[in-house]
Amino acid sequence: MSKLTIPIGPQHPALKEPECFIITVDGERICEANMRLGYNHRGIEKRCEEITYIQSAYLIERVCGICSHSHSTAFIQAVEEIAGLEVPKRGLYIRTLFGELERIHSHLLWLGVAGHEIGFDTLLMYSWRDREIVMDILAMVSGNRVNYGMNSIGGVKRDISPEQADAILKAMDDLEERTKYYIELGLQETTLIKRLSGAGSISYEDATRLGAVGPTARASKVDQDVRRDDPYAAYAELEFNVITDDHNDVYGRTLVRLGELMESYKLVRQLIKNMPDGPIRKKGPRKIPAGEAISRYEAPRGEDVHYVKANGTDKAFRVKVRAPTLANLSAVSKMLEGDYLADVPIVIAAIDPCFSCTDRMAVRNIRGGATEMHNPGSLRNFSIDWYRRRGIDFTDLNKKLMKRLERV
Amino acid sequence: MQRPGKMISEVLKHVGKTPATTNYPFEKAEMPEHFRGKLQFLPHRCKGCMLCTKDCPSEAIKIKKVGDKKFEAEIDLDRCIYCGQCVESCFIQALVMTTDFELAALNREDLKMTINEKNSPKPPAEEE
Repeated sequence: MSKLTIPIGPQHPALKEPECFIITVDGERICEANMRLGYNHRGIEKRCEEITYIQSAYLIERVCGICSHSHSTAFIQAVEEIAGLEVPKRGLYIRTLFGELERIHSHLLWLGVAGHEIGFDTLLMYSWRDREIVMDILAMVSGNRVNYGMNSIGGVKRDISPEQADAILKAMDDLEERTKYYIELGLQETTLIKRLSGAGSISYEDATRLGAVGPTARASKVDQDVRRDDPYAAYAELEFNVITDDHNDVYGRTLVRLGELMESYKLVRQLIKNMPDGPIRKKGPRKIPAGEAISRYEAPRGEDVHYVKANGTDKAFRVKVRAPTLANLSAVSKMLEGDYLADVPIVIAAIDPCFSCTDRMAVRNIRGGATEMHNPGSLRNFSIDWYRRRGIDFTDLNKKLMKRLERV
Repeated sequence: MQRPGKMISEVLKHVGKTPATTNYPFEKAEMPEHFRGKLQFLPHRCKGCMLCTKDCPSEAIKIKKVGDKKFEAEIDLDRCIYCGQCVESCFIQALVMTTDFELAALNREDLKMTINEKNSPKPPAEEE
C-alpha cells in the first residue's frame, strides 16, 4: 500500500490553536509526523523591548491564557534577580500559592480536554464543573479569572485576608474529594484505560534525548521538577513529592497529572498554614541596572525558561521566552510514529499544548522542504546576504553604524 | 477492580439535581468584591501627575488638563486590558475599578469614555 501524506491543520487541528501537522500514513499507521510552527507569531519579545518593565509584566502575562502566572513569575523573577531585589517572604508565599492554584485549574482543564478528545464528554462536563471552584477562588483573590495581574516587581499586588484563606482551604477539601474520585475513575474505568494505554508511547531514553519537560517527561519516569531541583519562590520550604510514572503513554500522563493535583492541594494547605506575616511587596525600581538573568519556572505544562537582559534603562534590552510546549514538540513527533491516525488528537492533547505561546522563532522554509532555524544574529546575516545578492550592499552603512555605536 | 461504566452512578446521582450552570442573562451574575472591572475616574482627586498614562500597558487612558487644577480622563474601554496598573500607580486614589463587567457595545465609539467634573457624580464630602 502506498504511503499517504495528510496535512492536519493549521486551522483547528483537534485543538483550538493554529498548528500544522503533516502526517504520513501507511494504512492506519503513522510512519512520520512533521509539524510547522509560526502561525500565531505575535512579536511579544520585540514589544517587550519597547515598553517599560512594568508594562512588560502584563504583556508577558498574556503569552499564555492558562499559565499566565507562570510566565509573569518567570519574567519578574529574572528582573528581580538583575535588580538584586529581595522579595518579602509573604510576597513569595502568595506568589507560590497562585502558582499552585493555577496548576490545579490547568490540570483539571486538561483532564476535561483529554476526556473530550477520546469521546468521554461526561468527564469533560464534571471536571470543568469542578474547575469552577478554583476559578472562583482565583477571581476572588486576584480580581480576575485569568490573567491575574498579581505579580509586580518586588512582590505581589494583593494580600490574602483570613476569610479568603478559609475559603481556599474549604475549596481544597472539596477539590481533593473530587480528585480522589477521578483517580479512582482513572484506575477502574476500563474504557479509559484501554483507550489511553499504549497511545503516544515514548521511552525514558527518548524522552530525555528529545528534552521533554513537565508531566510528559515525568510519565516516562524522568524524575525532574524545577520546583525541587532548582527551588524558586517559597518551594524550598515546602514538602511535596514529584510524581512520576512508568506507563510512558497518555495513560501515564493522566495519572501523573492527577497525582500532581493531590500534591498541589497539599502544597496549598502548607502555604496557607505557614504563611508568614509582614509586607507583601517591596517597592521595585523603575530602572533596572545592566545585567542578565535566566529564570526557570515549573509551569503546569513543564519547565518555562525566561531570559532577560537589562541595560540600565527602564526598558529591557532583550527578553526571550521558552514556553514548555516548545520543549515537548520534538517528543510529539516521536510519540506519533507507529501510532494509529485516530490517536493523533489525544496524543497531541496529552502534552497539554499551548502553540500560540510557543510561536516565537524565525523559521524559513527552503525550497526542497528543509527547514532552517535562525537566531537574531544569523537572521541579520541572512538579510544582508539576501540584499547583496540583489545588488544592494549595506557594508558601508554597517561600518558607519558600528562606528557611531562605538562612539556612544 | 476494572469495569466499564464507572461514571454511570455519578451521572444518575445528578439527575434530580439543579444544573451547575447559572441562568446568566436573566439572573444577574455577582462579581467578587475586588473584581477588576470598568474603570472609574474621580476628577476632583486628580492632581495630573500622568503616572497612569505612563504606566498603562495598552495606552488606554489619557489625562487632559481642562482648567486650573481640573483634569478630565479619556478612557478607551476597548483598549483597556483591565490589569489595574493605573489604579496601582495612582497614589491619590483618583482611579478605582468597579465590579461592572457587562461592557459589550455594538459601536466602538460607545466604549470611549470622557470623564470630567461635569459628568461624574458629585464627590461626597471629602475627609481632608
